[in-house]
Amino acid sequence: MRFAELAIRNFKEMLRDPMHMGLEIGIPAGFLVIFWSLGRSMGGESFFTTAMLIPGIAVFGFTFLLMFSAMTLSRDRESALLSRLLTAPLKPRDFILSYSLPYIPMVVLQIAVCFGIGALLGLEMPGNAGLAFLALLVMGICSVELGMILGLLFNVNQSSAVGSVIITLVALLGGIWIDLEAIGGVFYSIGNALPFAHAIDAARDAMIGAGFSSIATDFYWVLGYTLVFFALGTFLFRWRMVE
Amino acid sequence: MAVKQIIDVSPQETAIAEHLNARENLSLIGGIRGLAKEEVKKRSEDLLEMVGLTKRAKEQVRKFSGGMKRRLSIAMALVSDPQVLFLDEPTLGLDPQSRRGIWEHIAELKGKKTIVLTTHYLEEADALADRIAIIDEGKIVALGTPQELKDSISDMQVMVVRAKNLPPDVIEGLKEIYPEVKATENGIEIRAKELSFYEIVDYLRPRGVAIQSIYLKQPTLDDVFLHLTGKELRE
Repeated sequence: MRFAELAIRNFKEMLRDPMHMGLEIGIPAGFLVIFWSLGRSMGGESFFTTAMLIPGIAVFGFTFLLMFSAMTLSRDRESALLSRLLTAPLKPRDFILSYSLPYIPMVVLQIAVCFGIGALLGLEMPGNAGLAFLALLVMGICSVELGMILGLLFNVNQSSAVGSVIITLVALLGGIWIDLEAIGGVFYSIGNALPFAHAIDAARDAMIGAGFSSIATDFYWVLGYTLVFFALGTFLFRWRMVE
Repeated sequence: MAVKQIIDVSPQETAIAEHLNARENLSLIGGIRGLAKEEVKKRSEDLLEMVGLTKRAKEQVRKFSGGMKRRLSIAMALVSDPQVLFLDEPTLGLDPQSRRGIWEHIAELKGKKTIVLTTHYLEEADALADRIAIIDEGKIVALGTPQELKDSISDMQVMVVRAKNLPPDVIEGLKEIYPEVKATENGIEIRAKELSFYEIVDYLRPRGVAIQSIYLKQPTLDDVFLHLTGKELRE
């Protein structure tokens, strides 16, 4: 469990960066309140109900985690800290786990913040909160693993820029603010091929009462992406080590 | 993996975790190298003492000066008590006092570890190394003790001229007489097997060069490098 030491270090680095923490918690919380307020002023449009909003905003929050996790890894690569760590007898898989695991508590915290604020705003959720939580948790891990890939491919500035592009794309094609089926065409196909919309659909369906069998396709779609991103990240790490 | 068990490295850039404190940085390295917590704790305290950071051990290292970070970086490379230690430019960009302090730490380790130190400062190599390899464009062009390398050009003389008004064309003209002329901050240095004090003065004075001092000196490793490679040290 040597990688645990590095995971603890990465966790501490995250906790001790006030801007990082502020944005991670502030963005989903702030957006949830803003859109809930908008929904109320619009007369309770169904899209702006908290049950519809929570999954989308949680996934939107994960895209920032994606960007920050990528930047953390890029920064260590640039600062030569990673060069030093690479001289330790750790495997590529250990490194990927060390950089990914510290973000899982943050994923859980983000989901909890969304649910907590949703409850304060009068969330009515007849369905299975645990199942929705699970679907979002896998999406959060998937986002962090994608962040690992960016962090291994790009430097800090590039990771920030590419992360911003992904945030915008997810906002447009993730089914967060715009119904993908209403868009249709090639954008629907792209959005439907990516994991984000599936995670949101799975969580929304679970929140309004669907069981696991009903959301299984969406759930496994996201899980598949997570495993592929993890494997790709491990492969890229090995490539960077050789390099 | 077997090699990784016996080596450690202090990279050229300050490779430390900025949001951790000094003690946590040492624990991190000890932990990923599989040392027991108690052992890491003891070694960390010894190393912090050695590099003079005990009083600042609980402070996040992003607040440290460049010299302190470099000292910590070297201490981190020593936590695992490696048999072979690689130090890449350990004093690059440091002030003379910090550099001297790091030299003392490295000197303390001599005889206890095999140290491979890369540096652009040849006076650093001269002060610390038992054996020096001069590498130019990826190839070893000389290998030996500092004295052996200096002896390799013992038949060379080095004349130092401190002067004002030394235009480039005068230096170029002098190179036709003595091919190895190096411009310095305050004048020039000339290397040759036979140097004539009078010839140099007679060449410079009529060209309006105000000579402040002129003297012969012992060849240094800089002279060895220049002689072997024909060029100045560069980054």
